[in-house]
Amino acid sequence: MFDLYTRRRITNLVSLGISVLTMAFGLFWLGWILWTLLAYGLPHLSLSVFTQTTPPPGSTGGLVNAIFGSLMMTGLGVLIGTPIGILAGTYLAEFGQRGWLAPLTRFINDVLLSAPSIVIGMFVYEVYVVKVGHFAGWGGAFALAIIVIPVVIRTTENMLRLVPNSLREAAAALGAPQWKIINFVTLRAARAGILTGILLAVARVSGETAPLLFTALNNQFWSSNMNQPMANLPVVIFQFAMSPYDDWQSLAWAGALLITVSVLTLNILARVLFRQQSTHH
Amino acid sequence: MHAETATPNPKLIVKDLNFFYGKERALKDINLTIPEKMVTAFIGPSGCGKSTLLRTFNRMYQLYPKQSATGEVLLDGQNLLDKKQDLNMLRAKIGMVFQKPTPFPMSIYDNIAFGVKLYEKLSRNEMDERVEWTLKKAALWNEVKDKLKQSGTGLSGGQQQRLCIARAIAVKPQVLLLDEPTSALDPISTANIEKLVDELKQDFTIVIVTHNMQQAARISDFTAYMYLGELIEFGDTSTVFTNPKRKETEDYITGRFG
Repeated sequence: MFDLYTRRRITNLVSLGISVLTMAFGLFWLGWILWTLLAYGLPHLSLSVFTQTTPPPGSTGGLVNAIFGSLMMTGLGVLIGTPIGILAGTYLAEFGQRGWLAPLTRFINDVLLSAPSIVIGMFVYEVYVVKVGHFAGWGGAFALAIIVIPVVIRTTENMLRLVPNSLREAAAALGAPQWKIINFVTLRAARAGILTGILLAVARVSGETAPLLFTALNNQFWSSNMNQPMANLPVVIFQFAMSPYDDWQSLAWAGALLITVSVLTLNILARVLFRQQSTHH
Repeated sequence: MHAETATPNPKLIVKDLNFFYGKERALKDINLTIPEKMVTAFIGPSGCGKSTLLRTFNRMYQLYPKQSATGEVLLDGQNLLDKKQDLNMLRAKIGMVFQKPTPFPMSIYDNIAFGVKLYEKLSRNEMDERVEWTLKKAALWNEVKDKLKQSGTGLSGGQQQRLCIARAIAVKPQVLLLDEPTSALDPISTANIEKLVDELKQDFTIVIVTHNMQQAARISDFTAYMYLGELIEFGDTSTVFTNPKRKETEDYITGRFG
């Protein structure tokens, strides 16, 4: 009926059409979410959001204690989780060729990577919150660290595996011991990729609600004490959005917009960083 | 350019060397003597074992769990394959340059200094001098002297390869192993490297693996022809190329095979 060339052109057009449609489908929802957030969040994003603490119903206020709490717990969680993740990822990539420990670790890490965050929240609740007898910011940081670790392990291993073996051989050929090869050559070559992974981990945990609900809970007031319950954006959004009060709902929209914009920024930053590395080689 | 001295000093002596990738025997009873301060070339078709042989000289295969070697490789009488031989000290004595340029992700200066710092404690001044000496030796100094702090990965392919040679000779090894060092380079860079090899043999014993027979004929004093894991013929380059003893060698170098 058609000759070979026409048939290929039609196949090409059809598959291209399907690809574009599915992409548009995905983008449509993302666009709608962003639009809704901007439409409802932007009008309520005033200076007071960054200067005042969460109000009781019926009065004006802001989110400063929740923003601060989120920054503290995310920051500490990443600070605790990153070194562990990088070390474990390095072990898997550089020493994980022989033996049974590395495949086992890799398997457990994959499980951890897809574990529902509420399970991690309950785990920290059981081993930490119950033991100290009250909700506390440290618990939140620990829970977030547990979520950060598998993400960083995975990216560190993947990025180190991208480093060509010839580079390891070249360093070994000079008589460099393995720890020097790893520290000064392979980790350095994978630096931008690993940093990208850390940024993605930050983005991943900054919207987590469930683990914080079980650990840091919330705090109506300004508190920088990590041993006390601590306000944070996700839980405040959850609580305020569910409430019947208009001013609480507005603050929830503002908070949701803040989180989304920061996650978006982190993702873009990660992409830019990684692209810089790729063009460098 | 070819060997004129009748009895050169042996630098590396290979005795009954066998090599295994898992259970597969990749080198079969190799016996060979590599002379000091000369260029020895390994030629042969792909998969003949010439790179494998080269990689036993600094035990590079030990990075990979399934590879092993039996027999002896003697450097000045000392068996390199002996388990008691300190691997890193051995590699400091035997430098290696690979097919693809492998600059480290650091500055040109640090690329050179990295290996030197492993085994020598030099002052800032001494290190500066060493870097300059090395880069001059590798015929790269004039091109990079104003950008020593820039990344080594920003150089051209030919420059990167000369940087890798510089890095290898900076630690003042006794033997330099070159594994197809010009196969990824353009003709001008290749000519530069060949000229460099010719100069470097005053100070180092050089072993080069190459796919390019003209290159072997141009730069080597001795040539080993290998096929399917066996050493078919070894002798001084002019003899191997003009009057080979074995029919297989003649077929290969005249292009009737391979």
